[in-house]
Amino acid sequence: MRLSKKFVSDYIDINDIDMSELAEKMVFAGNEYEEMRPFCEATGLVIGEVKECIDHPNSDHLHICQVDLGEETVQIVCGAPNVRAGLKVIVSKVGATLPGGIVIKKATLAGTESNGMICSLAELGLESKFLKEEDKAGIHELPDDAPVGADALEYLDFDDTVIDFELTADRADLMNIIGMAYEIGAIYDRPVHIPEIRVKEQGDDINNYHKLDVATENCSIYLGKRVENVEIHESPQWMKERLMACGIRPINNVVDISNYVMLEYGQPLHFFDADRLKDHILVRMAEDSETLTTLDGQHRILKSSDIVITNGNEPVALAGVMGGLSTEVENDTKNIFVEAAIFDPVHIRYTSKSILRSEASSRYEKGIDPNRTELAILRACELLEKYASGTTCKGMLVYDQAKKEDKTISITLEKINQVLGMTLSETIVEDIIRRLGFTYTKKDGYEVTVPTRRLDVNIKEDLIEEIGRIYGYDHVVGTLPVVPMKRGRYSKKATMMKEIRRRLEGLGLYQVITYSLVSEQECNLFVNQEHERVEVLAPLSEDKKIMRQTLIPSLLTVLDYNLSHNNKDIQIFETGSVYYKEEDYKEETMVSGLLFGNYMGNTWQGNVLKVDFYTVKGIIENILQYFGLNGRYRIVADETKKDMHPKMTASILVDNEEVGYFGRVHPKTNKKDVYVFEISLDRLMMKKVRTLKYKEISKYPSVHKDLAFIMPKSMESEQVMTILRKVGGRLLTEIDVFDVYEGENVKEDEKSIAYALTFQNATKTLNDEEVTEIFNEMIHEVESKLHIQLRNK
Amino acid sequence: MQEKIQEIKEQLQSKVKEITTLNDLNDLRVEFLGKKGSITELSNYMRELSNEEKKEFGNLFNAIKNEANDLLNAKKEEFELEELQKKLNEETIDVTLPGTKLTVGGTHPLTKVIDEIEEIFVSMGYDVVEGPEIEQDLYNFEKLNLPKGHPARDAQDSFYITEEMLLRSQTSPVQARTMDANTEKSPIRVICPGKVYRRDDDDATHSHQFTQIEGLVVDKDISLADLKGTLEILAKRLFGEDREIRFRPSFFPFTEPSIEVDVSCFKCGGAGCSICKETGWIEILGSGMVHPNVLKGCGYDPEKYTGFAFGIGPERVAMLKYGITDIRNFYTNDIRFLQDFNRVEGGE
Repeated sequence: MRLSKKFVSDYIDINDIDMSELAEKMVFAGNEYEEMRPFCEATGLVIGEVKECIDHPNSDHLHICQVDLGEETVQIVCGAPNVRAGLKVIVSKVGATLPGGIVIKKATLAGTESNGMICSLAELGLESKFLKEEDKAGIHELPDDAPVGADALEYLDFDDTVIDFELTADRADLMNIIGMAYEIGAIYDRPVHIPEIRVKEQGDDINNYHKLDVATENCSIYLGKRVENVEIHESPQWMKERLMACGIRPINNVVDISNYVMLEYGQPLHFFDADRLKDHILVRMAEDSETLTTLDGQHRILKSSDIVITNGNEPVALAGVMGGLSTEVENDTKNIFVEAAIFDPVHIRYTSKSILRSEASSRYEKGIDPNRTELAILRACELLEKYASGTTCKGMLVYDQAKKEDKTISITLEKINQVLGMTLSETIVEDIIRRLGFTYTKKDGYEVTVPTRRLDVNIKEDLIEEIGRIYGYDHVVGTLPVVPMKRGRYSKKATMMKEIRRRLEGLGLYQVITYSLVSEQECNLFVNQEHERVEVLAPLSEDKKIMRQTLIPSLLTVLDYNLSHNNKDIQIFETGSVYYKEEDYKEETMVSGLLFGNYMGNTWQGNVLKVDFYTVKGIIENILQYFGLNGRYRIVADETKKDMHPKMTASILVDNEEVGYFGRVHPKTNKKDVYVFEISLDRLMMKKVRTLKYKEISKYPSVHKDLAFIMPKSMESEQVMTILRKVGGRLLTEIDVFDVYEGENVKEDEKSIAYALTFQNATKTLNDEEVTEIFNEMIHEVESKLHIQLRNK
Repeated sequence: MQEKIQEIKEQLQSKVKEITTLNDLNDLRVEFLGKKGSITELSNYMRELSNEEKKEFGNLFNAIKNEANDLLNAKKEEFELEELQKKLNEETIDVTLPGTKLTVGGTHPLTKVIDEIEEIFVSMGYDVVEGPEIEQDLYNFEKLNLPKGHPARDAQDSFYITEEMLLRSQTSPVQARTMDANTEKSPIRVICPGKVYRRDDDDATHSHQFTQIEGLVVDKDISLADLKGTLEILAKRLFGEDREIRFRPSFFPFTEPSIEVDVSCFKCGGAGCSICKETGWIEILGSGMVHPNVLKGCGYDPEKYTGFAFGIGPERVAMLKYGITDIRNFYTNDIRFLQDFNRVEGGE
């Protein structure tokens, strides 16, 4: 909503107030603004009369003009096609400024001295939507009676200041100038004067011409007046200026009056050509697929949620949103039917959302003061009489179901101070209530009466806000809630996510955050369609339309981005949700990672660790052990994972339940040597872990023994280890692989794996016989069960 | 006799000076102190001496033997030191060559901000709670005093999945869920961090996905002053001890009164600069007193309970704190961007 200083000055005296100060005070009353500026950013403009105008001898379009400026006559070279002797014009004198910081200087044009510039409206910085064809083509022509030598901005009423407010959604009352006046009045403690409306009503009774029916509960008030024999022409300059200052393009006096009254009172009006409208006005809900051609010439198919004004048979206007073409006021219109109504905000909102958000609909959506409707329609008639020579008919068509009583709110001083955390006195509170234009009676506390214009003030808390904001929140002194001491807690999941994050960071991975919405193509990667997808109804783009079911494709996108920006070694992870439709929408928290390139090491020393399957496995095992799952997890080859290398992928089982997988990305999906993992934190979290308890370290010496087996290449080491562990029992405290060998001395389809074993007894020193016995038993068991041989036997 | 001893002594002294290797030293030791060494052989004179002379000679003999040993040992030490020094010299390395790359990863800057805010509030007794990202219209809007058709819904154009389900457009639904789930209707102090989604095209200042942290306190006698005091702590911890905050009235459907909060500019201290657009203040969050309709809708009696709520955007905080100018940086995850945040904050 734009505030024009001139316009609001009709209702409140603010001549002594600096407008930038006013704008700041409005901000601290809750009304932010985007911009404050003069209506016209020009200085030094005077009215001149072209006394003499001759064609420039050296130019095909320039004219040499002698222009009377009252105190002096100056020579100005002007290129406008419409400049001529006798014309009253706007002259920008030497030293004057025009919008955009242009300073007018004495100049020589085609060899002739020019002392100033004759201006067009475009050159005064008017928004282009306000410019007519002639304003773009040539200089502005002032009326013949314009006083030579006078200040041109003052004469045009352009000496105005505009503040463009960005109102909050609740302040419907500020979407009009009178409402703004009340707000300024409350802030500055100044009275607001609403001029009395005088309508002559010299025409016939309206009931002779029109009859009204309202057949929907979505219209609470419908008023109709008839104004006859209007003359359509341009509006007076002051009215045009005020409309433009408020951002509305002047059209003609009749259309302008309907907009002017809307700006003034906040009540949208609609003017019908009364003769085209015919006699019967019926307000009802539209029927599905009913049609209407609106003012803009569009043929619209209506829905049953649209409210329409009809002529009894067919729609003639979309209520509150746009008029119909067939009943539009045109230049030959004689008689006008004026509508002032209140329609249901929610219905208007739906209709305007699909058709057009207009000045009218945006007011209807936020709500209209029911006590302004009649004032507005009368004001329109008054202006039509005054500025369009109309004759208002007696009487009014009235349908009125609106509640128009002021609201009363009971409140105590104690409650106000409790909520604000202040100690306001009765005097202060009563004074603010008065400044707001509310009244009160005092009994047990206050009974405050709030006028209907304040649609946003309905309950105690609304009133407390009013008092707080007018008094000023800068008076609030911060305190801390008086509450019992307690320890704040993280949820189990949040704690786990933090732990896993810190661990992965410690292991060299960077945390990333990516988008949950992915493309169809990404959504198909790495997951079988076992869970139904969650898709958004109206995606912004094709690449963000499905809620992801795995984080891995997003990590691959991050890899691509980094590789294309010459970042070579990428080790990243993300914790985040994946989403399934299921019966009632499910979110599962995942931790996923991607490793590519060199992991750690020192290039010039030649000991760089390039990422491979076992790097990732090390990370996974580190995490599992950190979470106390040592001995409960298994890493099992898995050929079934979609888009993963079938021979370089393993699933992670904890207590025999799969919690995730890792391995190399299938070369068909990504040609590079990329490794990824994904673990369900939700599933991992379900695993109960014993509390940490220290176990005494054995005081007795340990015995170390090595052994190696030759086995087929296809055999998994785990098979051997399982037997070794089983035979070793409690005495086998550690088992490690220290060599895997293929090549010379080993057959082509075989490999040798060497194990380092540590034996220790917690309660006594192990003797050689005991160890040898176990050791031999191990060899025997492995050889007989797996049919493989001890190496170098 | 004495002359003889003196002669041997001088001989040894001069020879010790000449030798250059450990081998020479060993030869010298044999020559003087070996079985047939010139000092050892002095003992042959013993036989020819009287008892009294023997005692005197014994003293002299021991003295020269000790002296010779000391001399040779000192020389040996000298040689060994030289040897060691030589070895050390050979072991010289170029300390300017790069160290081994021990990669320790890092936390995403948004998480850093969220962690920091969570810690501030946990230390004040707030619990950290979560809620679903796929949310019901009921919790995302209706229970927050935003019925269908409310104009304020425009500010949050949402991704709907069905008519009743959407990607949450704010973390505020967790407020309603927390109050709803509290069956005893007892006091609440929580913060709720999480991802939210809005139908905005991505550009330098907009992102269709971003994060929010919601805070909620419900108790008896909670006031606007308590909100201010709490947010003062937040602002000082996030932006420095000298920061002040300022309240501006605003409107959010789920709070009444509603407050927009500015923090005094941490760059210029309030004098006016490009960061605060010459105003000295920077808008950081929205807040207010929980609307009675929200309390009521979640089973709390607004006559008995009041509360405050606030919502802060970690993206905005991170952008201000670290001088990030494009919100998309958070989601493209350039490793160099992430690496920049892999250090302690420093500053005060």
